[in-house]
Amino acid sequence: MSAEYVPLAIIMFVFTYPSRAVGLLAPAIDRLPRQVLAYLQLVGPAVLAALAAVDIMVGVENGESYFTIGLPWLSVGACIALVWWRKNLFLGLAAAIAIAIVGRALGFA
Amino acid sequence: MVEGPARVDLVTTLAPPPPPDLASVRRKLVLDGLGIVVSAVGFGFVYGLTARTVAGFSPIDVMAMSVFAFAGAAQFAAVGYVASGVPWAVIGILTGLLNARHVLYSAALAPWFRGRSFGERAVAAHVLTDEAFALSIAHFRRLGRFDAFGYWFAAIGVTFIPWFFATLAGVLIGDAIVDPERLGIDVIFPAAMAGLAVGLITGRRELVAAVVGATVGVLVSLAVSTTVGVIAGGVVGPAVGLLVPAATAGETAPIGGEASADHYGMQGYVDRPEADKP
Repeated sequence: MSAEYVPLAIIMFVFTYPSRAVGLLAPAIDRLPRQVLAYLQLVGPAVLAALAAVDIMVGVENGESYFTIGLPWLSVGACIALVWWRKNLFLGLAAAIAIAIVGRALGFA
Repeated sequence: MVEGPARVDLVTTLAPPPPPDLASVRRKLVLDGLGIVVSAVGFGFVYGLTARTVAGFSPIDVMAMSVFAFAGAAQFAAVGYVASGVPWAVIGILTGLLNARHVLYSAALAPWFRGRSFGERAVAAHVLTDEAFALSIAHFRRLGRFDAFGYWFAAIGVTFIPWFFATLAGVLIGDAIVDPERLGIDVIFPAAMAGLAVGLITGRRELVAAVVGATVGVLVSLAVSTTVGVIAGGVVGPAVGLLVPAATAGETAPIGGEASADHYGMQGYVDRPEADKP
């Protein structure tokens, strides 16, 4: 059985653990400039939104990027609406999957 | 209050509540935790499935990710990075950026962990996730003090264990999935990323950061590449989000003020001089 990506998991640990530990192990975190902390707080939403948008709006073929519209827009839109409304990620994911399954069964791309 | 940007004191002053009933507070934690278990199992299962079908991860790879990285969004994102051929060093940096919000969680939890051993805090840091933070800080707030059972139950009992076994289950039956698109597997990743982003939006700054991050990400992806696009969105989005005036941002600062204390569920939190500390 392959263990090809175990080193990658360790790399991810190396880049993740400091942010988790800095406050608990180094009280000096409370001396960082507020603007730095404010910036860090916004990184999560920005990166996650960028990942989602690029995934459903940008296709890549032969190294060329192109704009794309399709059923995933509806799935992701429904997920966003449900998570916003019900505060339940699992429900949002279930709706996104259901829309994709039904949509493709009906012949939508 | 100490003036200047380089000094923000974290102090928790707890208003004298009636003596909390530990059993009932823990019962509430367990009930809240059940919802997290369902979410962790569902999300973990589709992660394992996606890792197998999209990036070719083996069960060992997935288990290593869940043990060492233990970061749902970052693990999901890494599947996309690997499938896109992003270099591992860049994946590490992106993972660090994606998980940068944990700095805030860690800082917000620090006052509650005062007096605990270095070893306990070091291990607690590794299992600090969105879910563990949300559950445990609400539990401490209800109880009015630190409760080791509460933290470990939130971090390991309802998050790590369900996540680990669900990801393993997902990767083990990955081979049985013949056509991922027919089962909607391909929309799970973007839907999960978008859903997690929505969960992190608690004010206008986060909203602006997310919208700008997505827009910049798409535009730069079309002009350059998807990898550069995601990085650009993650860097530019927060910078533009900071331009939202504090008065209209919905909160005044990530930590250090009453609005942010409420954001993190730290009731009675105040920012005041050292001499006033309890």
